[in-house]
Amino acid sequence: MTRALFPVLAALVAVLFFASLLIGPAALGLGESLSALFRGEGGPVVLVMQEIRLPRAVLGLLVGAALGLSGAAMQGFLRNPLAEPGLVGVSSTAALGAVLALQSGVAAAFALALPLAALAGAGVSVLLILLLAGRRGGALSLILAGIAISALAGALTSLVLNLSPNPFAAMEIVYWMMGSLADRSMEHVWLAAPFMVLGMAVLLATARNLDALTLGEDAAQSLGVDLNRLRLMVILGTAAAVGASVAVAGAVGFVGLVIPHLLRPLVGGRPSLLLPASALGGAAMLLAADIAVRVIAPDQDLKLGVLTALVGAPFFLHLIWRLRGVEA
Amino acid sequence: MSVSVPSSDLIRAAVLVLWAGAAMADGPASDVPAQAPPSRVVSINLCTDQLAMLLAAPGQLISVSHLASDPLSSSMVEQAAGYVQNRGGAEQVYLMHPDLVLAGTYTATATVELLTGLGVKVVQVPPADTLAQVVGQMRVVGSALGRDAEAEAMVTRFQSDLAALAVPGDKAPAAMYYPNGYTAGAGTLSDEILTLTGFHNVAGEAGLTGGGILPLERLVMAAPKMIVTSTPYPGQSRSEEILTHPALRAVRDKAARARMSDADWVCGTPYLLNAVRGMADARRALEAAE
Repeated sequence: MTRALFPVLAALVAVLFFASLLIGPAALGLGESLSALFRGEGGPVVLVMQEIRLPRAVLGLLVGAALGLSGAAMQGFLRNPLAEPGLVGVSSTAALGAVLALQSGVAAAFALALPLAALAGAGVSVLLILLLAGRRGGALSLILAGIAISALAGALTSLVLNLSPNPFAAMEIVYWMMGSLADRSMEHVWLAAPFMVLGMAVLLATARNLDALTLGEDAAQSLGVDLNRLRLMVILGTAAAVGASVAVAGAVGFVGLVIPHLLRPLVGGRPSLLLPASALGGAAMLLAADIAVRVIAPDQDLKLGVLTALVGAPFFLHLIWRLRGVEA
Repeated sequence: MSVSVPSSDLIRAAVLVLWAGAAMADGPASDVPAQAPPSRVVSINLCTDQLAMLLAAPGQLISVSHLASDPLSSSMVEQAAGYVQNRGGAEQVYLMHPDLVLAGTYTATATVELLTGLGVKVVQVPPADTLAQVVGQMRVVGSALGRDAEAEAMVTRFQSDLAALAVPGDKAPAAMYYPNGYTAGAGTLSDEILTLTGFHNVAGEAGLTGGGILPLERLVMAAPKMIVTSTPYPGQSRSEEILTHPALRAVRDKAARARMSDADWVCGTPYLLNAVRGMADARRALEAAE
């Protein structure tokens, strides 16, 4: 089953990526739109495909992969099934960082300030989570720490947006909390993609050590795992991947929770396989959600987080239900 | 910015009802000029602010809303500096002891009810979705202020200027494009201005009535020859990022003409003629270039 998993997931992502390119409010022919992707300067079809649909599909792929992968890495490192960038506040602090960079004008002065500020925001909360929840902390301390961090970051984000001189800014609180890929451009892709790719590479490099960690800390250390170095890699990798995603797409929840859980039984619980599988699964989930928002409400900017929460929240409740017996 | 946003079908239906009501209420008032004109007038709506500043007798108007001093929404920032600013709260307005409050029909209902309950006369003016309603608005405000003659002069001048600005002949495709992909479809003031100045509105043809969203993809496919976008506000917002989207930039580069909408587009005042004149000039320049 494990052997078939990767080709199946990769094929699913490829199909959804092309579907994302082909579905949109402007009705374009199949051949016409695909050939427009590779043509040079040209008419409106080329513009729609290259400047509107391509960045949206690429960001869907990357943001989904980043969220799925960071969820799997955090769960592996904390050995806690509830660790998830959205749930433990990493996404909301990244959003706070991004909003601060935008509203203070730093992002306008120097383009990289936006992903860097989001990365810093995400980094602070990953660090806090690891300190507060600790490696011996149970699900309860993790969730409580997450609630506190999310609530504070969410409140500060709302405050900054409410105080903005721009009347639109206050209306965008929902966007920063729910996420959306509407009307993104290649500029956003170039800004965020390097950080996401770098973060994901760092996270994927933790795979073997996370495998060792499943045997327990002492066993891992005796196998030569440097826990401090591993912790630093998880923090930096998650901060870069999630921070850059949130900076351009807002905070989309639940992808990092649902995907590792669905895939864990299929890879025999091995982090080294779960990490790449979750990246593919996350990409598939986000691309599917982004296609769904365009099909359900083509003329409205329905937020991505609405759909992922519809799938994710019942799943989360199911997890809590199962954990009840374990914690008590 | 809510003031500049045209209304939906439903809202427009409501406006027509209220409009009819306002017109009937005015009828008898002009026949029987029994009441003395109000002497302490407070306006709490951007559009009534500007009409009142243009029509009121010296000293008659004491306060206008803070929006009248916002250069992105108001055409009369300099004049507004001569009046006390208000933020439209019932408490603040009541303490000014007005004998007439001018408000919009969408001004916070609670504020209007509270003021009416306290015995203050409130005249609510509906927003203008057509050029005919602009004229009606001028008359309603003039009549409320007891300045019917001044209002009538304003109307006559507005109508003759407007007629002189009409551009006959072929219609060129044009679109209004605002933050979040918001646009003005059929049955809006912007739509009527486009038609009057020799354009046809691609949003109206895409089936949009009233204000609504035109996805960027569909705007690109329509390839308008003229595009009107809004001036961004200070501070950043994701809603306005669409105005610097590379695809929109390309549409703007390919369009023969592009303009920014400004405060002159917002309200049904004589300043609207500046917006119309700008569009008429752009249409003639387009004609000359072809």
